[in-house]
Amino acid sequence: MEFFRSLGANTRESFTKLGRGSYFLIGMLAGISSVLVRPNLILKQMHSVGVLSFLIIFISGLFVGMVLGLQGFYILSRFGAEETLGVMVAASLVRELGPVVSALLFAGRAGSALTAEIGLMKATEQLSGMEMMAIDPIKRIISPRFLAGFLSMPLLAALFSAVGIMGGQIVGCGLLGVDDGAYWSQMNAAIDFQKDIINGVIKSLVFGFITTWIALFEGYDAVPTAEGVSRATTRTVVNSAFSILGLDFILTALMFGDN
Amino acid sequence: MDNRGHHPNQNSLVSVHNLTFSRGEKKIFDNISLEFERGKITAIMGPSGTGKTTLLKLIGGQLFPQNGNIVVNGRDVHHLKRDELYTLRKRMGMLFQSGALLTGMNVYDNVAFPLREHTHLPESMIRSLVLMKLEAVGLRGARDLMPNELSGGMARRVALARAIALDPMMIMYDEPFTGQDPISMGALVLLIKSLNTTLGLTSIIVSHDVYETAAIADYIYVLSEGKVVGQGTPQEIKESSSEWVQQFMNGAADGPVHFHYPAKEEYMDDLLHCDKSLFSRKRLFGEKPAKRRRYS
Repeated sequence: MEFFRSLGANTRESFTKLGRGSYFLIGMLAGISSVLVRPNLILKQMHSVGVLSFLIIFISGLFVGMVLGLQGFYILSRFGAEETLGVMVAASLVRELGPVVSALLFAGRAGSALTAEIGLMKATEQLSGMEMMAIDPIKRIISPRFLAGFLSMPLLAALFSAVGIMGGQIVGCGLLGVDDGAYWSQMNAAIDFQKDIINGVIKSLVFGFITTWIALFEGYDAVPTAEGVSRATTRTVVNSAFSILGLDFILTALMFGDN
Repeated sequence: MDNRGHHPNQNSLVSVHNLTFSRGEKKIFDNISLEFERGKITAIMGPSGTGKTTLLKLIGGQLFPQNGNIVVNGRDVHHLKRDELYTLRKRMGMLFQSGALLTGMNVYDNVAFPLREHTHLPESMIRSLVLMKLEAVGLRGARDLMPNELSGGMARRVALARAIALDPMMIMYDEPFTGQDPISMGALVLLIKSLNTTLGLTSIIVSHDVYETAAIADYIYVLSEGKVVGQGTPQEIKESSSEWVQQFMNGAADGPVHFHYPAKEEYMDDLLHCDKSLFSRKRLFGEKPAKRRRYS
């Protein structure tokens, strides 16, 4: 009996939260128009959300690319197809690893920071204070951060993929002796702009949207205590990771399902 | 004591009529009526947990009452459209207990914040205004400090400068004296009084610091358990015959408000009655609330 009671309570709580989250999303999207006329607000947030995530994305991208080069070379050389290493590295990065891994890193680096920041602003009554100054915190604080996250994500994913391709080239061509010209030319011939690159960008836009929304909502909805903010930060990372991986499956099925 | 709490006063800036507000089961306000006169300092006093801060949030339109209404400057706060409420709030300053300064900005930018958000004044004029407001609270020299470099009293004074930045008609002070050393306390008492006189403000102070508040208030309401238990000028309150008001004003540990939180059993019975389940493994080692078992 206790089990059913708590199941019911949890289900109800989840749906109420989804409702609050959707309401929050509508407010946040409605606030975007007023932010667009003040681009410096967005730029400032893009600095803290995007530019400060640069290093972690750069280093991770480099290593992921290097590992891809190494693993790809071992497998492809069994079939005597080392020359297609470039295609393998680029396709896996641009289609999957670039958007997904950079989104996961983004959720850990920038998403958690956003949640903690908004949660603490709530706990220290800064949001409440702003409301009493007749300034809508959704418009002034939330919407600029949302736009910054949404716009930074594809740029970071692109950086991740680009650096990864370089990493693959360093290992494949520099250390393992794959022909440099073949690496680039095969890649050039096989990677399709529409099918691979645009789809990758769409993915990262979706991940940016969902991660930033989750991060900001969790912060705004956090219980305004130290423990509440800490839980909200954890939830941001966990829920973002689930959403990114789940959505990635759905998007991949939709985008690449017909071949 | 007069009974102006029950009749709307022509000279009131803020009138609270028959207000009822509950949180869950607990009734915070039970049909109370209060009047805040223009140009005066009115204090709301009462022990912690009587919903004094809640009252300020209700007046500011951040919370909605279950019953009754609040009229500020002739407008019913809870029947305004969002834009109208925001327009009204520009004329209502509020000083939060924590100061609520924006931690990402220095003192200067914090005071300039409402001016930059609500006006299109040139930066040179904003500078003059900010320096005037900071001078009024004695912190012109601290303009480059960040909020984390300020003491509690200084933070509150900066917040006060920010609250008067838009030249409001009223200011609501939420526990302005709590946790202040005697010097900051003296400075704040002086500031609240002098700002009220020089700027022609209407002030509402929510506090449980009896002496400081009584020293500057023109009228005092004493609240307890959702009701007004006493009201009048500071002198009238001091001479009140109500046991409750006397206990509060004199800080007696026991009286109508008991020292002991109500317990189910008598003290001796409670000590002698040993429940073995209290020492079970489950209780001693990790009986956690169901919610914690979830992944997050």
